[in-house]
Amino acid sequence: MSFSQADLAAILLTLRLAATATLLLLLIGTPIAWWLANHRTRWKAVVSAIVAMPLVLPPTVLGFYLLLLLGPHGPVGKLTESLGLGTLPFTFWGLVVGSVIYSLPFVVQPIQNAIENVGTRPLEVAATLRAGPWDAFWTVVLPLARTGFMTGAILGFAHTVGEFGLVLMIGGNIPGVTRVASVQLYDHVEALEYTQAHWLAGVLVVFAFVLLLVLYTLNPVWRGKQ
Amino acid sequence: MTSPDGIHARFALALAEFTLDVDLHLPGQGITALFGPSGSGKTTLLRCIAGLQRVQHGELHVNGASWQHAKQFLATHQRPLGYVFQESSLFAHLSVRGNLQYGLKRVNTAEQRISWQHVIDLLGIEALMERKPAQLSGGERQRVAIARALLTSPRLLLMDEPLAALDQARKQEILPYLERLHAELEIPMLFVSHAPDEVARLADHIVVLQKGRTIAAGPLAETLARIDLPIQLGDDVGVVIEGKIAERDQDWHLVRVNCDGHDFWVRDAGHPVDHAVRIRILARDVSLALSHRQDSSILNILPVQVVETSQETHPAQVLVKLQVGSLPLLSRITQRSVQALALVPGKTVYAQIKAVALIA
Repeated sequence: MSFSQADLAAILLTLRLAATATLLLLLIGTPIAWWLANHRTRWKAVVSAIVAMPLVLPPTVLGFYLLLLLGPHGPVGKLTESLGLGTLPFTFWGLVVGSVIYSLPFVVQPIQNAIENVGTRPLEVAATLRAGPWDAFWTVVLPLARTGFMTGAILGFAHTVGEFGLVLMIGGNIPGVTRVASVQLYDHVEALEYTQAHWLAGVLVVFAFVLLLVLYTLNPVWRGKQ
Repeated sequence: MTSPDGIHARFALALAEFTLDVDLHLPGQGITALFGPSGSGKTTLLRCIAGLQRVQHGELHVNGASWQHAKQFLATHQRPLGYVFQESSLFAHLSVRGNLQYGLKRVNTAEQRISWQHVIDLLGIEALMERKPAQLSGGERQRVAIARALLTSPRLLLMDEPLAALDQARKQEILPYLERLHAELEIPMLFVSHAPDEVARLADHIVVLQKGRTIAAGPLAETLARIDLPIQLGDDVGVVIEGKIAERDQDWHLVRVNCDGHDFWVRDAGHPVDHAVRIRILARDVSLALSHRQDSSILNILPVQVVETSQETHPAQVLVKLQVGSLPLLSRITQRSVQALALVPGKTVYAQIKAVALIA
């Protein structure tokens, strides 16, 4: 076994970051997905495009702007400082904020599709059976769209584990705070520690494969069609 | 204008092709059919009544309770109604039992007037309890959907073409259940249909819609017998008469149905004597003669009085409204025959009824 203390710390940090980000992604992504699934205004295209931006932007671009925004001279940075929270760049919570923005499309899109597939009819049916909108969301939409929610959660988690450029921009490389597995791997390679790099890279490959395997097994739609 | 009993619905709503504009006073009991061709606004009207479609300035009062009035608008889930959708609307993630309980457990115990077992028996779904909707036939799904709506003890049951998605055999399977609801529960029902046979069989009252407007409303028999209506019934123009089985002729497999003192011989459908039935006589099956002919195959020949005649869409055809005692009859004959027989209001002729359908 060739995991150093630092490697393990990086892996645990990665898991903690991914879990925190996924939770926040579900909380933030669900209302956005709901709104997108149920509205047909021209704002829908604008919001969809903004949500999807991280799909096409280099992570470093995102990281750069976040750094400015969250930094001591940025509007958000000034706000967090005045609230006594300090500034977010180069902290764990800075990484969380970056990850949430970066992985948002991976969570919003599957949930939006699932809610659209459920349609409005089950909600109408629930209303005729005395269920209010909130009640109907929990008892009808959530169970019927559950594969979408699970897909979103898994993709958001996996994508957060896999980020690198954004982390480096706003998190830097602080052991135990912002040094996640992908950054640790980069350090190993830089230092020509190929054996350790192999172990870490191998773990990430297996992890990614297992997550995606769960995803495809779980999702009957993706499984059924070719 | 609004009586404490009955349903008063007034809605105006611009739709893509026409404006729904109705002001209806419906009886607070029995089955009322909202009848009209596809795209006449029937379903929209039902959705307005359910609160699924929000209409500004609408009015809706149901047996003394105000569901929509001025600025007040009860959301659908706050209205004590049941709704049966046209296509299967069962929750796919719940079993039949789960579906039935969904509505039931959201109703206060104090408001539950219909017992679980009664509904299950009424719709014959005891054996289906643990199945998922995907494992049910179309007819079974609709029966479960009706049961689910009933278990909320609705003050008004709305049904949007509950039979339309079913084939003829499945329809025949469901109709008896709907008749039992009618006979055993005191829930007013509004049901949307474009099928004249369903309306004739189930409805007590009828509202005829065309392009979003009410063109007729009233008790079924009376309304169907009106000849001034542009009801697009085509070959289905006819009357529905209520009566009782008076006699069964075992040798010929016929029954004598007595309707207000007049007898009709009909094919035996297995109903016992004294059973209340409806018979339906289509205008195209009634021909007229000046004498009582004994030498024909027609079983039912009645002396009737001509009430009025009305030109039909095709210039050759005329619809004649007849009366035998208090019963209305319609006959569709040619303009030429009207001339040949010199039919004028008040004249007595013989109606030869070729076919009488026993519909319930």
